[in-house]
Amino acid sequence: MNAGTKTILNITALAFLALFVHWAQGGLDGYKVQVLNLIAVNIILALSLNLIYGYTGMFSLGHAGFMAIGAYVCAILIIPAAQKEMMYILQPIIWPFSVMRAPFFVAVLAGGAAAAFFGLLISLPVLRLGGDYLGIATLGFAEIIRVVFTNITPITNGALGLKGIPGYAGLTWNYFWCVLSVYIIVKLLSSNFGNCLRAIRDDEVAAKAMGINTFRCKAVSFGVGAFFAGVGGALMGSLITTIDPKMFNFQLTFNILMIVVVGGLGSVTGSVAGAVVITILLEWLRFVEYTVEIGPWVIPGVPGMRMVIFSLALLFIILYRRRGIIGGYEFSWDDLGRLLRRKGADK
Amino acid sequence: MSLDMFVQHFFNALMLGSLYGLIAIGYTMVYGILRLINFAHGDIFMISTYFVFFGVSLFKMPWVAAALLSIAATAACGILIDRVAYRPLRDAPRISALISAIGVSFFIENICLVFFTGIPRPMPRLEVLVEVVRLGSVRILPLVLVVPLVSFSLVAALLLVLYRTKPGLAMRAISKDIETTRLMGVRINSIIALTFAIGSAMAAAAGIMWALRYPQINPFMGVIPGFKAFIAAVCGGIGSVQGAMAGGLILGFMEIMIIAFFPGLSGYRDAFAFVLLILILFVKPTGIMGEKLEDKI
Repeated sequence: MNAGTKTILNITALAFLALFVHWAQGGLDGYKVQVLNLIAVNIILALSLNLIYGYTGMFSLGHAGFMAIGAYVCAILIIPAAQKEMMYILQPIIWPFSVMRAPFFVAVLAGGAAAAFFGLLISLPVLRLGGDYLGIATLGFAEIIRVVFTNITPITNGALGLKGIPGYAGLTWNYFWCVLSVYIIVKLLSSNFGNCLRAIRDDEVAAKAMGINTFRCKAVSFGVGAFFAGVGGALMGSLITTIDPKMFNFQLTFNILMIVVVGGLGSVTGSVAGAVVITILLEWLRFVEYTVEIGPWVIPGVPGMRMVIFSLALLFIILYRRRGIIGGYEFSWDDLGRLLRRKGADK
Repeated sequence: MSLDMFVQHFFNALMLGSLYGLIAIGYTMVYGILRLINFAHGDIFMISTYFVFFGVSLFKMPWVAAALLSIAATAACGILIDRVAYRPLRDAPRISALISAIGVSFFIENICLVFFTGIPRPMPRLEVLVEVVRLGSVRILPLVLVVPLVSFSLVAALLLVLYRTKPGLAMRAISKDIETTRLMGVRINSIIALTFAIGSAMAAAAGIMWALRYPQINPFMGVIPGFKAFIAAVCGGIGSVQGAMAGGLILGFMEIMIIAFFPGLSGYRDAFAFVLLILILFVKPTGIMGEKLEDKI
């Protein structure tokens, strides 16, 4: 299959996605639209973690921290000044945050950039650490962000959080950013830089011996991952219209890690599939926490049951299917073409 | 600050520090042997308090019997977790075991949430330990003196086991080289199970004493002390029992004393430990008493 055909196929697929989004906007009820939105945001988050962990082999548990930075920067930029004045009741908001305003696209970009900046800043000391030390240090970073955001009341409104964030992040914006992040990350991974990352993941010492500047590659990968985590956080904030520091706890990182592990480490297709499956399951399984009445029987809902099921699923996958639900498969038009041709030959 | 206040803060810090140290021992022993951060350790710490709670309130046991039983039951939980979630992954990449550990941690927290609900329960009290005693002008809980005493005796006993008995020798040998130790005829899996049992028993002792001081128990109470104790283990030099205790004391004194001298910083209390962690990792990644771990090529 030549490059031209693939471009046409890509554009067709995008057109179909655009049509679907357009249809979903009017044709589906609010709840389903919300689930579709969450899927898009989770794809962005899962891809960013997969880039850091699945492709570069850096075990990072700081995603919630980057998301918090992205969400707060974006929210402060899109909430109107008058509303900010009213909301900050503990301590008035300080200049220049009180008057800052930006269009949504720029605000999301700024959220991502701020997260990337802090990602690079933290990467200087922590990337010297290997394996699980890196995990615990990034986890510590996320905790520090959370504590700091709770305490810098004049900027973040402290524990009260920000409410009434304009909900610009509809389907159109979310899927725009989703497609953009898939495109950039796939491009990045199929370039020579992507090969460097995989080399570092498989054997860092060997990669260094081949002349790869491992520190720079790792820092760039971490920065790009943090950028998209920030973008995901910004979209998430605008999507659910209210954020507070407590929201960005370890549980959030756990959910994204679960998507990446279930989808398959080091697989873009896996992350997308994982995000779709886990998001839908997370919503669908809410029924176990509600009280259900079937005829005369009343089955009481059990709070916490959802996470029990999910942690068991994660354990099962890591113990028995380490390559994820689709087994490390990567989608390509060539494969699809071959599959179709074989089907044709069978007939 | 008056001298009385300082003495009180000093003893509080000593207590908190020795509790962090006790929990840190479980992390440091498991990490020394398997190179695995046992994320579920904080939840093991939490479970022990529920054992005491149910032992006393449901089965009407005397407090001391319930505490001893809880320590035994928690040790059994530690062995079970190793058997189910970590042993199948001994030969897998290390990160897989780490994800498994995170999974176990969330599983324990949420299964406890399901069975025990999220409502905080009152820890049964041992009256002797929690009645304020006046020493001159210093008001002090006997608990604050008993906890460091118990902790240090437990550590002394553990060091005896590690350096004077055969299983202790086996543990130290495994942490140096697991394959060679296996070839020497040591039953690796039973020694690892024993390590988990000892670590969990220490966490249980710490958990019970912790809950005497802060008598509200809930399914998520182990998360923050667990992280902090891990940080203590890293500070002290991971793999070293003495180091874990030293790290715990450093962390305990830091938390109490910084807030005692700068009350304005109390909102940042939970961040101190993580800042300390990042500083330590930056300056001396092997901790104060740790040996250098070399990457094998």
